[in-house]
Amino acid sequence: MKIISSETHFDFMGKIKMALTISGLTILIGLGSMVLSGGLKYGIDFSGGTLVQLQFKTAPDINVIRDGLKTIGLGESTIQEFGTKRDILIRVQRSEEKLEAVGSRVRDSLGENFNKADISIERVEMVGPQVGRDLREKALLSILYAVIGIVIYISWRFELQYAIAAIIALIHDVLVTMGAFSLLDKEFTLVIVAAFLTIIGYSLNDTIVVFDRIRENLRRKGKNTLIQTINTSINQTLSRTLLTSGTTLLVVASLFFFGGEIIHDFSFALLVGILVGTYSSIFIASVFLVYWDSRRRA
Amino acid sequence: MYRELKWKIPLILAVVLGAVWLSYPLKERIALGLDLQGGMHLVLEVKVEKAVEASLERLADDIKRGITEEDLEVDRVKAIFTDRQVSVRMVDKLDLPPVKEVMQGYPFFSLVSEDSDGLGMIYQMSADQVTQIEQNAVSQGLETIRNRVDQFGVSEPTIQAQGQKRILLQLPGVKDPERAIDLIGKTARLEFKLLDEENSLQQALQGNVPEDSEILHQRIENKETGAVTKDPFLLKKRTVLTGETLTGAEIRFDSDFNEPYVSLTFNSVGAMIFQQVTRENINKRLAIVLDDNVYSAPVIQDEIAGGRAQITGQFTSEQARDLAIVLRAGALPAPVVILENRTVGPSLGQDSINKGITSIVYGGLLVLVFIVIYYRLSGVIAVVALFLNIVLLAGALAYFGAALTLPGIAGVILTVGMAIDANVLVFERIREEIKLGKTVRAAIDAGFSKAFHTIVDANITTFIAAVVLFQFGTGPIKGFAITLCIGIAASMFTAVFVSRAIFDGTMSRIKLDKLSI
Repeated sequence: MKIISSETHFDFMGKIKMALTISGLTILIGLGSMVLSGGLKYGIDFSGGTLVQLQFKTAPDINVIRDGLKTIGLGESTIQEFGTKRDILIRVQRSEEKLEAVGSRVRDSLGENFNKADISIERVEMVGPQVGRDLREKALLSILYAVIGIVIYISWRFELQYAIAAIIALIHDVLVTMGAFSLLDKEFTLVIVAAFLTIIGYSLNDTIVVFDRIRENLRRKGKNTLIQTINTSINQTLSRTLLTSGTTLLVVASLFFFGGEIIHDFSFALLVGILVGTYSSIFIASVFLVYWDSRRRA
Repeated sequence: MYRELKWKIPLILAVVLGAVWLSYPLKERIALGLDLQGGMHLVLEVKVEKAVEASLERLADDIKRGITEEDLEVDRVKAIFTDRQVSVRMVDKLDLPPVKEVMQGYPFFSLVSEDSDGLGMIYQMSADQVTQIEQNAVSQGLETIRNRVDQFGVSEPTIQAQGQKRILLQLPGVKDPERAIDLIGKTARLEFKLLDEENSLQQALQGNVPEDSEILHQRIENKETGAVTKDPFLLKKRTVLTGETLTGAEIRFDSDFNEPYVSLTFNSVGAMIFQQVTRENINKRLAIVLDDNVYSAPVIQDEIAGGRAQITGQFTSEQARDLAIVLRAGALPAPVVILENRTVGPSLGQDSINKGITSIVYGGLLVLVFIVIYYRLSGVIAVVALFLNIVLLAGALAYFGAALTLPGIAGVILTVGMAIDANVLVFERIREEIKLGKTVRAAIDAGFSKAFHTIVDANITTFIAAVVLFQFGTGPIKGFAITLCIGIAASMFTAVFVSRAIFDGTMSRIKLDKLSI
């Protein structure tokens, strides 16, 4: 069976301008949204704070919960449903020592309006500001190290311009995904950083398959121009690119729909990242190669 | 060419059987992370500077006693916390040289300056000594916490030092997390102090605290309203007896009201001091202070011999039992604060496992169906490879003793999706080669060898990202990184090695003119 004919001749490189415009606009919108909302929205992993997940026997009224929290001085907490109406997530942007027993204090504060036995504390996470700072630093460093390691590897296996082009593509993917997070007001947590590192790895995976073919075709290119060679290579790898993305999307979608609330944002990041990664390996990754070539000739 | 199969097939069988042997039965062999089995992850920081301060304070006392024993008149010996110094002031200038001699007994103190009036000196504690005290505080703290956790009854806890002054605890299956925190985080510094009955508490409360005294409070909780009041006490700063001389602490019940209390037993030294203090202070009040909270301040009725005392208070029997545990395990050399706490209840963990398995099953089935429809018989080979891939993944997880976490399950799912990639790369190449007019046999050869470098290059970048993730990540994230790393390695092995062997094996038996791909 074939989804795409094996001999496609799409003129991908002819769509460079359009692709750059679309990508540029998407990234601008994402960055704009980040600026407007005052930077990335950090989860408690990075900002420090406390998170309590409660399960009620029957769906509670969030306003009643808020009133209960006010009585223990936690009125400023964020309260939201978590997956179902019975699961409630409470976030406090503080992590004082007093909040250690925050789980049971929250439950106690609701005692007037709910039967205590009907509320179970499913999860408590408390991250101190110091740890939050450490984790933030570590997360940034880890992304940096991963990128450096990958640049070294690609420059060794290919040439420098391929490494730079691959990095541009992955920065593109990460920026677009970050923008989507910002637009949808999702939080950055440790797990999301893990998703981003995976996206980085995945985005490169796709890009490298294309580059590998470009390199192979360049060795015996004959009279074809670089742009023609790139076009041929992208077309030749197109069915593989779409197939792999397709199967990966299938499983990630399965994770997104069946995996539960806790890794919902994680699978969302992967979903977006893989889609964008596929797009960028076709439309964006090779642009720099063309640019580099034209500079060299000029 | 097919001769290679003679060693390839046994090797593959050995690897697969090894993986099955390592990971069977799954439930026992694969450890679950705290986020799946429920439990607590705690990071504590030992306030090491408090241990240094306590040590300075003790040394200042010690030095004062040493000088007094030489029949010299001391003005004061004071610890200066900020600079880790001790200042000694005498009444007579001529006493300075003999004091210097006394100080020779403390080699880690060096003289840094003398006061201009010739009556005092300042000694500096060496940086080495400070480091030593800090390290001791962490290692003793670790031991004490280990003792408490052991007595609390947690199966397979992990307790280890992290960095310079942090302690990492993993407590699987803790049912009452807040009680555990209470038990672990309590400094449990037990002190007996006499009340300062010569000076007025009223005046002290107005800010006029005598130099040798301090104000501490007793927490009293009204059991009906839950309101907490704090009663102030004016106590002598000097501690007459500490918890260090305890040999035992047990929960007992009051025979009249059936109220729980903690009964203490001292060693011979402690018993002797206790006897002496009670003898000399009859009709005065002795406060029992735990972590700067006054628990009770009974009047000494009589000399108490035998080294027994009791702590009463408004305890529940659970609180009294926990207090006995911490007192038995000993005090922490310095207070600890909780920097990070992640607790997952057991029902949420089970829920995550169920959902994780559901998504693996659905995701896997989708991929399976898709790949078989798309590549037909070759697709079946890919599916076999994929299945082996998961077996290898399970074996490797068991072999490395790596815990499976929720993100780890996501890693497995991702591996399922990405493992197909290596096969897809090969199959697409084979299709291309067939279209170029090659024979089935030549197309398979060319397909595998041409795709090989691409597979390696493409996978190594993801591998690099996963290794970095492993280095930086904690708990659940590490689980994700591990499954991803293993998954990548396994998928390369199964695609390049196993799929190839199956192709070759089939080809060696039947001669194919047309490949089902």
